[in-house]
This record gives sequence, structure tokens and C-alpha cells, in this order.
Amino acid sequence: MSGTILKSGPVADAPIMTVDGLVKTFPLGRSLADVLGGRPVRAVQALSGVSLTVRKGETLGVVGESGCGKSTLARCLVRLHEPDAGAVRFEGADVLGLQGYARRAYNRSVQMVFQDPYGSLNPRLSVGDALAEALTVHRIVEGGAVRERVGELLDLVHLPRDAADRYPHEFSGGQRQRVGIARALAVEPSVIIADEPVSALDVSVQAQVVNLFLELQERLGLTLIFITHDLRLVRHISHRIAVMYLGKVVETGDTEAVFTAPRHPYTRALIAAVPQVDPHQRSAREAVRGELPSPIAPPPGCPFHPRCPIAEPQCRTVVPALVPRGGPWPVACHLAGPADAPEFIA
Amino acid sequence: MMAAPSSALLDVRDLHVRFATARGEVRAVDGVNLSVAPGETLGLVGESGSGKSVTLRAILRLLRANAAITGEVRWQGENLLALPEKRLRDIRGKDIAVIFQEPMSALNPVISIGRQIDESLVAHTALDAAGRRRRAIELLDLVGIASPEQRLAGFPHEFSGGMRQRAMIAIALAAEPKLLLADEPTTALDVTIQDQILKLLLRLNRELGMGLILVTHDLGVVAETCDRVSVMYAGRVVESGPVDRVFTAPRHAYTDALLRSMPHGGAARAPLRPIPGQPPRLDRAIAGCPFAPRCALVEDRCTVEAPPFAVVAPDQRAACWASDRLAAREGVA
Repeated sequence: MSGTILKSGPVADAPIMTVDGLVKTFPLGRSLADVLGGRPVRAVQALSGVSLTVRKGETLGVVGESGCGKSTLARCLVRLHEPDAGAVRFEGADVLGLQGYARRAYNRSVQMVFQDPYGSLNPRLSVGDALAEALTVHRIVEGGAVRERVGELLDLVHLPRDAADRYPHEFSGGQRQRVGIARALAVEPSVIIADEPVSALDVSVQAQVVNLFLELQERLGLTLIFITHDLRLVRHISHRIAVMYLGKVVETGDTEAVFTAPRHPYTRALIAAVPQVDPHQRSAREAVRGELPSPIAPPPGCPFHPRCPIAEPQCRTVVPALVPRGGPWPVACHLAGPADAPEFIA
Repeated sequence: MMAAPSSALLDVRDLHVRFATARGEVRAVDGVNLSVAPGETLGLVGESGSGKSVTLRAILRLLRANAAITGEVRWQGENLLALPEKRLRDIRGKDIAVIFQEPMSALNPVISIGRQIDESLVAHTALDAAGRRRRAIELLDLVGIASPEQRLAGFPHEFSGGMRQRAMIAIALAAEPKLLLADEPTTALDVTIQDQILKLLLRLNRELGMGLILVTHDLGVVAETCDRVSVMYAGRVVESGPVDRVFTAPRHAYTDALLRSMPHGGAARAPLRPIPGQPPRLDRAIAGCPFAPRCALVEDRCTVEAPPFAVVAPDQRAACWASDRLAAREGVA
């Protein structure tokens, strides 16, 4: 495959990235007693068969609670983790088999922005040096052009040009995240995977960074995979969403359609649990009972069945597939009907 | 409810907290007034550094030694800030209990949950051993922990985050406090678990008639749970009033801007309206209104003269020179 160049274009239905049956487990440490007792190695099932499609130029929001595997998914997509099974295809190429130059080209095309830019920036490199490093390592520009390109990148994220001479600790949280974004943009990616990029920021500053993402996507035709636990935010910025629960995508579709008429009981519970800013929409009832199950021992059948208000016997034994079930988008629930799923009271 | 001092359970007057730091004095809390009525839920909301947590901790003098607290905290005719430490210890935990964001650091990791509840019951009640055990089981049941008899023997690390917060609440409730101070109690929790804990706090507030001060950065949490809200900015309360008033007709430019900066359903992918700039540094004197440098409604006097914390509507106060303009815009919109 060839290195991708930035190209601007409207949202097309053509997938730029497809993920198929991705599995990732992390073995847990064993104590001496475990070894002597001959107990089997236990493992965290972080991803147990994740499939999704990312379309060119869109924002795909990936939402879920802790332990659902959303961050592991992000790291598998950029190959910070190697998945145990499954496939990732990017512009037709098999990502997990890429080697050498092709792999570096992929890494350049698909960049990641992290929650805490402080942890991903070298504290001893000035912002200018950090950006220049990315530019020269990937030979984006060379020689005298580097400094000019650094200035352009800072313009792009609305930081003053003199920010190049300052160090990460001299910036506020919101500015630091702009630096993190500039660093990702330096290598001219076509896809940005952002893992909770604004979760550590105050609401008023969050809005600044969210606007920057929206603007950059528009200007550069970026494809954005936006991973967050914040449903209000994801609803605002995503074209489509994928809802994850315990290592699986349980529902995926157009954002407004899913928010308006969620078909999976977990999606409904998640949306109902978000505190509304409108004090007139109060409810005294819990959106869902019970705790998140442990990914070390996920429940058999549908992972949501122990908390599900409408679970039936088959939900305890048969894993529901992520298929349309007669409706307009796929949902992994045995009980999801073609159009309106049965109403229930949580 | 009028803010008459006689009807208030807790009345905070002109509270100042200053920290002596290597870089000079930081005015973390700068003249805060608050009051909570019996059985009322007050939300104390603000962004990081606004002084909301420091205010909460100052009420029970739970601050480090480099903090200088002045002002008054009126509790049943006494000023908590002037009480001898020994007398204050009788009130802490008994009449006024506290829960924190991260229960793991507030719970003792090597003592069972049952014993930690028991310690609280020994300190604050006259029950005998059998009575305390019965009460401990009741408390765990009250906060929604299943099979409480078995869970009494459990240790904090065996509990999930949500369960730990429930256990923490059970310990806080052991002495049947009249007021519960909760500092970001659900911030570390997942949204479905947050929802459960908030509903639990509301139920306890209703069933036990216990007052509640809920510190949070999340406006949604306030809208869902509180009767009244005080909005903090740069160490000051800039607006306070009933939640349905403040959220639908804010009369301080900061409250207004904060509400507008949040993503709302319906305007998908439209640019959000951020508040430009940063909150002011608190180690320097602030002339005029602390929000003026970021304010869209700023006028000349805002940068020189601090607006008074004035009554702007029945039971609603705001410290904003643009308060009338906000009200007028309201009428138009």
C-alpha cells in the first residue's frame, strides 16, 4: 500500500477502516500459590470479537463504561497492542500483517491523541522541537522548511507561534491538548484516533478543544475515531456511534437515530443514566441495576444479561450476534425487534 | 425558602481561605456565603480551582496547616470555626458527615467494612455489640449492598468502586448525621453507577430528612439532584438560587456562559460556545469581577468595581453587573 496523503472530501459511505472479530486478552499475573496449585492462567478479556466499520471523513464515536475495551480497541488499531485474533483493514490493506516501510506508512496515516497530553509529550523537548522531531523522523519536510511547517501546525491548532519555544509544563491543560493534536497532525494522517481527549478538561475548555476537532475535520477531511465515556459529547460530535459493553460492540448506527430510539437495553440504560442539564427532566428511578461484571469472568450468553431488565432464558446461554435483526442498524440483542423494540421500565 | 439565619441548618458567612505557599498567598476562597436548610440539597458547582472543595472542607476545618480560615460557619448557634478542636470532633462525623470522591483513600484498607462501620457506631451511638451489628447490617442494606451479613466481613479491596462508595455512605450515615457533605462523590464512577449513587443519596435525603451539600463540576448532576445551587468562580459564589431558576434563567454571565458551553442534544456537530481564556490566578488581587476578562457581556465598570452579591429575583442572588441585561435577553429569547 502507499502512504496516504491528506485529502479533503465529503463523507462518503466508503469504509476507510474495517475491524473484524478483534480479540485481545491480557494474561493476569500468577502467584506462586497459583502455579503450585496448578490453577489455570487467568486472563482479562479486553476485546472479545469487536467488529466495526469506519467511513472516510466521518466521526465515529466509541462509547462505553470502564472495562468495556474502548481504549484497548484504540491501541490495537494503532498497533500499540497486537490483537490475538481478528483483522483490521485500512484502505484495503491488512494492517496486522504490515511490516517495515508499510507499517511506518500506516502509523503515519493513523495517529493517536491521548487523554493526558502531558504524559505523551517529552517534558524536556520544547513544543517546537517535539513537532520538528515528528516532521523529520517521518521526512515530511526537511531543512529550513521544518521551522515554517512547525509554525503552520501551531496556526492550525490556534496556538501562538512563539509557543514553539516553550515547554509542555508552561501550558494549561487545554493548550497542552492542542499541542498533542498538532503533534498528531504533523505527520499528515488521514485518521485520528482520540482516546478521551477532553475528559481531563473543564467544561468551558472542553468546548474549545471539541470545536478544534470539528474545524480540523472540516478543513483537512480527517476521519475521526472519538473514544469517550461522555455521551453528551459523543452525541454532539459523532456521525455514527458504536456502543461497547464488556469487550463487544452491542449496537452501532447513526448517532441521532440511536440516541432517539436505542434498540439495545444497555444503550437505553446508558442514555437514561446521563444526568440531564434540564432540571425538569428528573427521575428518581435508577436507569439500570447492578454492577459492571468483571472482564476476567464475563457472564455467559449476552454480557449484559445479569443487569438486563428484559432478559430471557436464551440470553443467559446464547451470545447474541451484532446483526440488523430486521431493523435499520445492527444490534446484539436477541430481543431487539425489527422496528420498535418492546417498551420496558428499567 | 428565605435565607433567614434562624431556619438554616448551616450558614456560612463571608468565608475566606488563604493558603500560604512558596509562591505567595493563594486566596482559594474569597468571601463565600452559603446556607442549607434542614433536609435541603445544595449543589456547589464550579470548575477546577473555583474553591468548591476547599469551601466544603473548610466547613469542618479539614484543611492542611498552611490554610488560614476566617469568617463564620454557623451550626446550631455555634461558630464551627471558633470551636475548640475537641468540641469540633464531637460534631464531625456525628452531626455533619463527609464523603469523598475516592472512597479507597478514605477507607482503611486493612480493616473489614463491618469493623469500620462499627467504629463509627461505637463513637457516635450508645448501642451494645449485638445492636451495633444489627445496625451495621441495616446500614449496608439501606445503601443497597446485597447480602449485607456476608459483606460485613469484606475488605475495601474486595468491593467495586460503586460498592466502596456505598460502604463509605453507610459509614457516614452510622451516626445519623443531620448534614452530609459530599465532595465529588460520583466523579470517579461510571455513568450507570453514578446514576445509582445519586439516586441513593436523593432517597436518603428524602427518607432521613438529612441536609446535603453536593460538590461537583457536573452541571447535569446538580440539575438531577439538587434543590438549590451555588455557582463558584475564582473562590467566590457568583450566583445562587433554586436549581430550576438558575438553570433556566441564569443571572450571572459566568453561569450563562457555562450552560451555553455544554453540548446539548439537537445541535449535532454545530460548534460549541466555549468560554475563551482561563480562570484568573488566585495569588494576585483581582480588581472588579473575576470573570470580566473572559466575559462576553463585560462593561467598563466590571474591571474596576466588584459587583455586589445582590438579590436579582425571589430567592436568587448574583454578583454580576450584566444581571439585568441577562434578564432582558431572557424575555426576548
